[in-house]
Amino acid sequence: MAVNTTWVFVEEQDGKPAAISLELLTKARTFGGELGAILLGAGSEDLYAELGRYGAAKVYHLTPDERLPTAAAAAAIAELVGTHEPDLLLFGLTSTDRDVAGRLSARLGKPVISNAVEIGVDGDDVTVTNEIFGGAQLVDTVFRAGAPFIVVARPKSFPAEPGAGDGATPELIPVELPAVGQAGVAVVTGRHVEQQEGPQLEEAAIVVSAGRGLGSVDKLAVVEELAGLLGAAVGATRAIVDADWVPYSRQVGQTGKTVKPDVYIACGLSGAMQHLVGMKDSKMIIAINKDEEAPIFGVCDLGIVGDVHKVLPKLVEALKAR
Amino acid sequence: MRVIVCVKQIPDPASPYELDPDTHFLQRPADQVLDDTDRYGVEMGLMIAEQTEGSVTLVSMGPAGNLQGIRQALAMGADKAVVVDDPSLRGADTLTTARVLSGAISREGFDVVIAGTESTDGYSGVVPQQIAEFLEVPALTFAKKVELDGATIRIERQTEYGYDIVETPTPVVITVTAGVVEPRYPTFKGIMAAKSKPIDQVTASELGVTVDTGQQIISIRPAPERTAGEIIEDDGDAHLRIIQLLEQAKVI
Ligand SMILES: Cc1cc2nc3c(=O)[nH]c(=O)nc-3n(C[C@H](O)[C@H](O)[C@H](O)COP(=O)(O)OP(=O)(O)OC[C@H]3O[C@@H](n4cnc5c(N)ncnc54)[C@H](O)[C@@H]3O)c2cc1C
Ligand SMILES: Nc1ncnc2c1ncn2[C@@H]1O[C@H](COP(=O)(O)O)[C@@H](O)[C@H]1O
Repeated sequence: MAVNTTWVFVEEQDGKPAAISLELLTKARTFGGELGAILLGAGSEDLYAELGRYGAAKVYHLTPDERLPTAAAAAAIAELVGTHEPDLLLFGLTSTDRDVAGRLSARLGKPVISNAVEIGVDGDDVTVTNEIFGGAQLVDTVFRAGAPFIVVARPKSFPAEPGAGDGATPELIPVELPAVGQAGVAVVTGRHVEQQEGPQLEEAAIVVSAGRGLGSVDKLAVVEELAGLLGAAVGATRAIVDADWVPYSRQVGQTGKTVKPDVYIACGLSGAMQHLVGMKDSKMIIAINKDEEAPIFGVCDLGIVGDVHKVLPKLVEALKAR
Repeated sequence: MRVIVCVKQIPDPASPYELDPDTHFLQRPADQVLDDTDRYGVEMGLMIAEQTEGSVTLVSMGPAGNLQGIRQALAMGADKAVVVDDPSLRGADTLTTARVLSGAISREGFDVVIAGTESTDGYSGVVPQQIAEFLEVPALTFAKKVELDGATIRIERQTEYGYDIVETPTPVVITVTAGVVEPRYPTFKGIMAAKSKPIDQVTASELGVTVDTGQQIISIRPAPERTAGEIIEDDGDAHLRIIQLLEQAKVI
């Protein structure tokens, strides 16, 4: 049977498809067969066309209202799965995708494999690769239950590239969000979008990240200044996000963003496994840490055993002097 | 309110994790600890129970060992625990885990179920959503703030671009991030009291769940290694070496 139909879940974010969904559409094109997108959002001609350029032949469009749409979206997709019998359902490791994928898995009684960094199709077998131990080892898992196979993939595991040709505008299929009783009663009453200065964390050529080693929130100023001088984005460890020094949108790692910049500068962060998986594939890694045993030194190109409070101000001065 | 907190016992993250070479499952010593991320759930649960004169029941699936991790959570103040352990559950996938936990939760009865956003050893981050679907209730996920307003629960739900405010009447499943609350430390009294709190040990079949894992690990292999870089001690001029590298990388 192989994989005849793959669907990619697409959350609309800020009027555009979430970046991960374009990565997944790109990957899904390599499996052959028909490609569909399940769009959750207001939708627009531009957006449908974009999905078409990335290979979607059909767009199943779910339009949310003020309710938290995750339970109803899972129910709607389960219904579509019953009718169209897709083989593979792809989601990204984002808040909404995880919610829908988890609920869908339970609703269909099908397993979901999360944290995928590679997806392989070989005849009837779908194999998913995960990184464990901070990326030191790779685990391959094959689905044994029948299709559909549900996979939640880590961002930046696949490049996002439009398909060859113009990409015909996909067929648009509006789908009702069904009533799901108590599961559907939650409502979204407010939405806070963080204003970000400078380049986007996921897209920046340079990322300067800070950890608990900075000591206190006011010491972040030097990291921000350095980032400003380099045109870099500021990243963070979960430790300082939880401590409320910076918003979650800055978090790099397992449960934050995955970045692959040209240069990653790690300042006063230990390099915990969960941080490493989010940045270890950067082209060049420079680390400053006063503890020579810090795990971050195991993955860096240049490691400086030293005090961030000494090295960073000098670096800033030297860059300013250029 | 009847609060259920899903907690996991995990091998101490401070000691290196090892996989069983035959089954590829994580080796689980008898001494396990409470997953640190679940301390936030336990604290949240205790706060809700305190505000509503309710109770906190822990629900956990996995090798029971000597129950040290469960006792840590009981010592914080939870009232009792249900631990599902059964050899057929070794290597259970998330769907099986969620079936088992939902079975245990339904049996207890609940108004609020609290879980972590992801566990330290499994980090699939989908078990609570699967539980919510089985229990047919909303999942308010990635909460960085939780407010109780009568029978309404309101949270700040962390998203990639900021946060949403989401609210619902109970019953509900909530997942909490680390940082949502400051977990209390068990007091000496709490530790002593935990010794006599009820821990109900059950098997999957007693909950009416048949285990049927739909996935199989076929290989574990080392990732391509990164070549070790240059490590230097800061002698006062290390910043110059950084600048050289940035020049080499053609980013300045
Ligand atoms: C399920 C789960 C998911 C997680 N997800 C993430 C994630 O997405 N991202 C993430 O980052 N973490 C994540 N974590 C947390 C992770 O395990 C670590 O706790 C965290 O990354 C540590 O942050 P840190 O490096 O800032 O702090 P620490 O580990 O405390 O490190 C601080 C470092 O600063 C150094 N230092 C101190 N003072 C100085 C100085 N003056 N100059 C130079 N160096 C100094 C110290 O030597 C130390 O190495 C997760 C954990 C779990 C359990
Ligand atoms: N075996 C388990 N026993 C109890 N709770 C669990 C178990 N597995 C997952 N959970 C809960 O679900 C959350 C997310 O786990 P996971 O989906 O494994 O990342 C955890 O923080 C726990 O609260």
